[in-house]
Amino acid sequence: MAMTMTQKILAAHAGLGSVKAGDLILAGLDLVLGNDITSPVAIREFAKFGKDSVFDKNKVTMVMDHFVPNKDIKAAEQCRMCRDFCDDKDITHFFDVGEMGIEHALLPEKGLVTAGDLVIGADSHTCTYGALGAFSTGVGSTDMACGMAIGKAWFKVPSAMKIVLTGRLGRYVSGKDVILHIIGKIGVDGALYKSMEFTGEGLSSLSMADRLCIANMAVEAGAKNGIFEVDDITLSYIREHGAAQPVIYSADPDAVYDEVINIDLSEIEPTVAFPHLPGNARTFSEIGDIKIDQVVIGSCTNGRLEDLRIAAEILKGRKIAKNVRTIIIPATQRIYLEAMEEGLLRIFIEAGAVVSTPTCGPCLGGYMGILAAGEKAVATTNRNFVGRMGHVDSEVYLASPATAAASAVTGRISDPREVIGV
Amino acid sequence: MKYTGNIIKYGDNVDTDVIIPARYLNTSDHAELASHCMEDLDKTFVSRVQQGDIITAGWNFGCGSSREHAPIAIKASGISLVIAKSFARIFYRNAINIGLAIVECPEAADGISEGDKVEADLDSGMIRDLTTGKEYRTAPFPEFVQRIIENGGLMEAVAKGIIK
Ligand code: SF4
Repeated sequence: MAMTMTQKILAAHAGLGSVKAGDLILAGLDLVLGNDITSPVAIREFAKFGKDSVFDKNKVTMVMDHFVPNKDIKAAEQCRMCRDFCDDKDITHFFDVGEMGIEHALLPEKGLVTAGDLVIGADSHTCTYGALGAFSTGVGSTDMACGMAIGKAWFKVPSAMKIVLTGRLGRYVSGKDVILHIIGKIGVDGALYKSMEFTGEGLSSLSMADRLCIANMAVEAGAKNGIFEVDDITLSYIREHGAAQPVIYSADPDAVYDEVINIDLSEIEPTVAFPHLPGNARTFSEIGDIKIDQVVIGSCTNGRLEDLRIAAEILKGRKIAKNVRTIIIPATQRIYLEAMEEGLLRIFIEAGAVVSTPTCGPCLGGYMGILAAGEKAVATTNRNFVGRMGHVDSEVYLASPATAAASAVTGRISDPREVIGV
Repeated sequence: MKYTGNIIKYGDNVDTDVIIPARYLNTSDHAELASHCMEDLDKTFVSRVQQGDIITAGWNFGCGSSREHAPIAIKASGISLVIAKSFARIFYRNAINIGLAIVECPEAADGISEGDKVEADLDSGMIRDLTTGKEYRTAPFPEFVQRIIENGGLMEAVAKGIIK
């Protein structure tokens, strides 16, 4: 029976000749991920297993990123628990302060994921690595514990939605606008339980940063995973980052899809998701005059070097509007360093922004930029649920780095093309 | 497995951020998580929930983060079963893995009202609203999932060598 790209990866990892949507399978894992919030719960569950070691010390990774550098005593205790566990089990890929970054920016950068891999992570945005042609999906802490113990996870094989991209993005329009547009179109449960498979000639114009951002937000449409067809751009990224030999899977020509969506990239406009759902997408003709109090540029969605470059292009020689707190968070140490070397940090600081060490911080309302009642923020993050960045009466508007930077300058949600004057 | 309890009813897209806000994720203590359950959606939940109560909700219940703290908080607060029109997928598997009973049934989620007394038998897939006398049918869990729940959760099944 014909299979989708996702189904082929699942079948191969379950040791089966073929699978179909709805099958329940037990599949072998190439990488098991956890962070400082989800790992402690998994470590407690792992204890039930009653064995001393994990299935493969090179295939378990923990990244301390959510409340790190520790925001309070409880956060410090949680990190210590992870640190002790990784020490004890001799885990190779444990990333702590000084080496850490936001997990989903960090793992591809460190070459820990390659095309054809099957990855689970106790973090919903684990779907990010679909950009590399891997099957990767977010799970809970108990799944992580099971993965650490036996190197396997159970899956219900998903059906798929095919997204065919054509055309090229316009200036100051990026992957973030594409995915907000798609979620706006299909809704926050539009791809519930399904794979979103991205294909089409439009792929050739999307950078890895764009693809990682798009795959990252597949979960905001309810999807199990988002996955991109592997091409030269993927392969050179994998090579540059020293990842393992890729295994390329492609969908059978006669694979069955629940739905096919065609997107002409040249028609995508800068898009903003209004509170309190990522699916409340609007373009500037429907936005109006919205005064803001804070801008956050960062996160696993948009904290990459390309994102910082575009923000710097807009902020260069401009001043951030009075009373708009602008927080810029490079997603990894390496991105931080490169941004420094390219002079981007100077541009941000001179414009009136603060630049932080890598952390999830404000993205999940942890610390480093919490909103008061009634305040509004434009953020390049991926969720704008009630209370996500602070008080339950605050609001988060999701946008691209270009739109966020432009809004920082004007103090209102603004179209980057207008601020730059193109 | 049979569950009987009174209904607490919510709408669509109840996300994990309102089930248990991130500001409480610096702990994994079950009782502490339960004491903040639903806080950002319904401040009265914690004071009115009774042991055995059943939640009904709309589409996409549990959307958002992968935090297992969400089903843990619900279970630890005394809720015995969640009936929704649909569940977000990570919440769905987390609930199964920790042994919180959940069931998808759009008709029941629509038809049952706040405060009704409901009895659900997940082996047969029957949901009975004892207040109104109405009955609803759902599909029973697949065998693999039943094995996990019967053993008290995924890690219990792994520890016993049932899943290997
Ligand atoms: S940056 Fe935000 S969405 Fe990404 S892993 Fe951190 S908290 Fe989650």
